[in-house]
Amino acid sequence: MYTLEHVSKTYSQSKRRVTALQDVSLTIPKGQLVAIQGPTGDGKSTLLQMLGALDRPSTGRIALGDAELSHLPDRKLAGIRAKEIGFVFQGFNLIPTLTALENVETALEPLGVPAEERRRRAAGALESVGLGDRGSHVPSELSGGQQQRVAIARALVKEPEVLLADEPTGNLDEQTRDDIMDLLEGLWRDRGLTLIVVTHDSAVAKRAERRLLIRNGAVTER
Amino acid sequence: MFFTYLRRELAGRRRQTAIIAIGMALAIALVMIVNSVSTGVRDAQASVLESVYGVGTDLTVSQSPTPPAEGEAGGPRFEFGAEAGTTTDGSTEISQSRLSAGFGSSTFDDDALASVEGLDGVAAASATLSLMNTTFNGELPDFQQSTQGTDQPPADGEQPAAPPQGGFDGAGGSAFDVDSFTVLGLDPASAAVGPLSAVELADGRGLEASDNGETIAVLDAGYATSAELAVGDTIDVGGTEFEIVGTVSSTSADAATAANVYIPLDLAQSISGEEGMVSSISVQAESADGIEALQAEIEEALPDATVSTQSDLAASVSGSLASASSLISNLGLWVSLAVLVAAFLIAILFTIQGVTRRTREFGTLKAIGWSNGRIVGQVTGESLVQGLIGGAGGLVLGLAGIWAVNLIAPTIGGSAGSEVVAGGAGGREMVMQAGGPGGGFGDAVQSAASSAEVVLQAPVTVGVIVIAIGLAIAGGLVAGAFGGWRAARLRPAEALRSVA
Ligand SMILES: Nc1ncnc2c1ncn2[C@@H]1O[C@H](COP(=O)(O)OP(=O)(O)O)[C@@H](O)[C@H]1O
Ligand SMILES: [Mg+2]
Repeated sequence: MYTLEHVSKTYSQSKRRVTALQDVSLTIPKGQLVAIQGPTGDGKSTLLQMLGALDRPSTGRIALGDAELSHLPDRKLAGIRAKEIGFVFQGFNLIPTLTALENVETALEPLGVPAEERRRRAAGALESVGLGDRGSHVPSELSGGQQQRVAIARALVKEPEVLLADEPTGNLDEQTRDDIMDLLEGLWRDRGLTLIVVTHDSAVAKRAERRLLIRNGAVTER
Repeated sequence: MFFTYLRRELAGRRRQTAIIAIGMALAIALVMIVNSVSTGVRDAQASVLESVYGVGTDLTVSQSPTPPAEGEAGGPRFEFGAEAGTTTDGSTEISQSRLSAGFGSSTFDDDALASVEGLDGVAAASATLSLMNTTFNGELPDFQQSTQGTDQPPADGEQPAAPPQGGFDGAGGSAFDVDSFTVLGLDPASAAVGPLSAVELADGRGLEASDNGETIAVLDAGYATSAELAVGDTIDVGGTEFEIVGTVSSTSADAATAANVYIPLDLAQSISGEEGMVSSISVQAESADGIEALQAEIEEALPDATVSTQSDLAASVSGSLASASSLISNLGLWVSLAVLVAAFLIAILFTIQGVTRRTREFGTLKAIGWSNGRIVGQVTGESLVQGLIGGAGGLVLGLAGIWAVNLIAPTIGGSAGSEVVAGGAGGREMVMQAGGPGGGFGDAVQSAASSAEVVLQAPVTVGVIVIAIGLAIAGGLVAGAFGGWRAARLRPAEALRSVA
C-alpha cells in the first residue's frame, strides 16, 4: 500500500524550473489495479518514478508499506526496487546483448539468488508469459510484443509486491496491445499484486479498478 | 551473471572492443620493443666498457689531458739525421719506431696507485699505461746527388747536373709509411683487475707475474691476424723486439680487446720514457654499495685525477652505439610514451562513449535494483578484459617485433676511452727532419680510444613481459574507472526516458 502526502517534484534545468508534480496526496491499497492517464508532459512518468523509488520528491512524503521512499538513502531504495517493485517500460528496455532468459535473470542478480535457481525461476517466468521456447533468443530476434513479454517476465520473476508499467503498450500494434493488457491483467488477478499502469489508451484504462488523471502535475480521480 | 554479461557485451560490441584492444596492443608492443632494445643497447654499452676497462672494474682513475704548452710538440717526433738510414742504389731507407703516450691521453705518477690501494674499501687496483706505437718507414732519394749539383754551379759547356735518381720511383721521389698500434703496459701480476680481466686466451699464454721486466708481449687476436703475427714471432715496440707469447680475444661477443699489444708495465714505462708514469688505474671496490663513497675518497686523495664509475664511463661510450642509445632513450621513450597516452585516451573515450550509449541499459539495471557498485564493477570488468585482450595482442606483437630486431641483429660500433683534446696543439704531429727536397711533413691524427663492434641483441626479459601485462591491466583499470564513474552518476530514472 502506497501513501503519498503533498508530494511535489520540481526539475530545475539551468534557469527554467518545471513543476512536474504538484501537491499530490493519495493512497493506493495493496492489490489495486490503477490506470494513470493524462496528456504528454503532464507528469505521469514523474509520478511513476516516485512510486517506483527511482527518485525522491522535492517535498512531501511517500511510503510503500513501512518504507519511507522519500527519505531513504540510495542504497536502501535500490534494495526496495530489487525486492518489491517490478517495472515494465514503454521501450521494453531489455539488455540487447543478453538472451531472453539472461534478461529475466538480471532481475534476480541483486537478490543474490544462486545461479541454478536463478535459471530455473527465469525459465518459469518466461513460460508464464508464453515464451518458454524463446529463452535463447536475443531481443533483436524477437517481435515487439515478445520483447514486452520478456520484460514482464523480468518484472515478475522476483515476485514483487508492486508492478509499475509506463505506457507498456505504447510501442505495440492494436492486436498485441490487447494481448499484453490481457497478460498484465491476468497476472494481477492471479498474483494479487498492485498494478499501476500509465496509459494513453482509454480502452486500456477502462479495465482498471481506479483511474487517476494527471493535468499539469495535479492528480484527480475519475 | 557477471561473466555471462561480460562475455555477451564484449562479443556483442566487437567494434569497441577491437578499437580499444588494438590501441592498447600497439602501445604495449611499442613499449616492449623500446624497452627491450634499450636493454640491448645498455648490454652493448656494458660489453664495450668491459672490453676497454675490464670486468669487475668499479672505478677508473685517470687524469684529464692538458694541451701541451706552446712550442712543444704534442706528438712524437721522428728525427732523422743526415746520415740516417741505409743508402743503396741512390735511395735511403729509413725506419724508426716510437712508443709514446696515446694521443689525447695523459699520464700521472704511479704513486697514485699506492695511494688508491691504501684506501679503505678498495679490493684491488691495478695501473696501466696506455701507449701508441708508431713506426715510420720511408724511402728517400740519395740527397748527396742534388747537394753536389747545387753546391757547384755548372761551368759553361759542361753538362747540366744529372736529374735526381733513386728514391722509390728511381726519379728522386719519396715514399712514407706510418704504422701504428696501441700498446698497453700493465702489471703482469695483477691482471685480475683491469682490461685483461675481460679477455680469454686465444693462443699461447697470458702475462704472468714472472714476466716483469721481460720483453714479452701478448697480442689482441684480431690485431695479430691482421698484422700477420703469431705466437713465437717478435714485434718491434718502440725499437725493442718483444717476443709474442700469446694472443687474447674479448670475452664479450664481438668486441675487440682494449689494446693491440700488451706488455709488462715497467718496460712500457722505460721504453716510452714515461718512467714511473701510468695513464689509468682500475679499481675494484669491496662492495657495490661503497662505490660512490670510494669515488669521493679517491677524488680527495688524488685532487688532480678524474675518477669515473661504470655509469660515468657508459656516458663516454661514443659512436653509433651512443647514437642508438640516445635515440632509444629519447625518441623511443617519447614516441612510446605518446602512443601509450594516445592508447589510454582512446580506451577512456571509447569506454565513456560506450557507457553513454548504454545510458538506458544501465538506468534499467539500476531501476530493477542493481547497485551502483555492481554496475561500476561490470563496466570496469569489461574494460579490464578489453585491456587484457590488448595486452595479449601487444605481447604477441611486441615479441614479434623483438624477434625481428634480433633477426636483423644490427651491428653497432662504439668506442670508449679518454677524451680527445680538440685543436691542433694536441694533435699527433710527425716532423720529418731529413732535409732536402724529398722531405716533408706527414700528419696523422689518431685516437687512443678503443672501439668495438657489437651486435645489438634485444633480450626478452621478465621485466618486458611484466611491463606488457602491467600496462594492459593499468589501461583497462584507468578506462574502467572513467567509464564506471560515468555509469555511477547515471540516475535510475534514466530508464524511463522516452525512447529516442
Ligand atoms: N529529468 C528531468 N529534468 C527536467 N525536466 C524533466 C525531467 N523529467 C521530466 N521533466 C519534465 O517534467 C514534466 C513531466 O514529465 P513526465 O513526467 O515525463 O511527463 P509524461 O510522462 O506525462 O509525459 C515535463 O515537462 C518534462 O519536460
Ligand atoms: Mg512519460
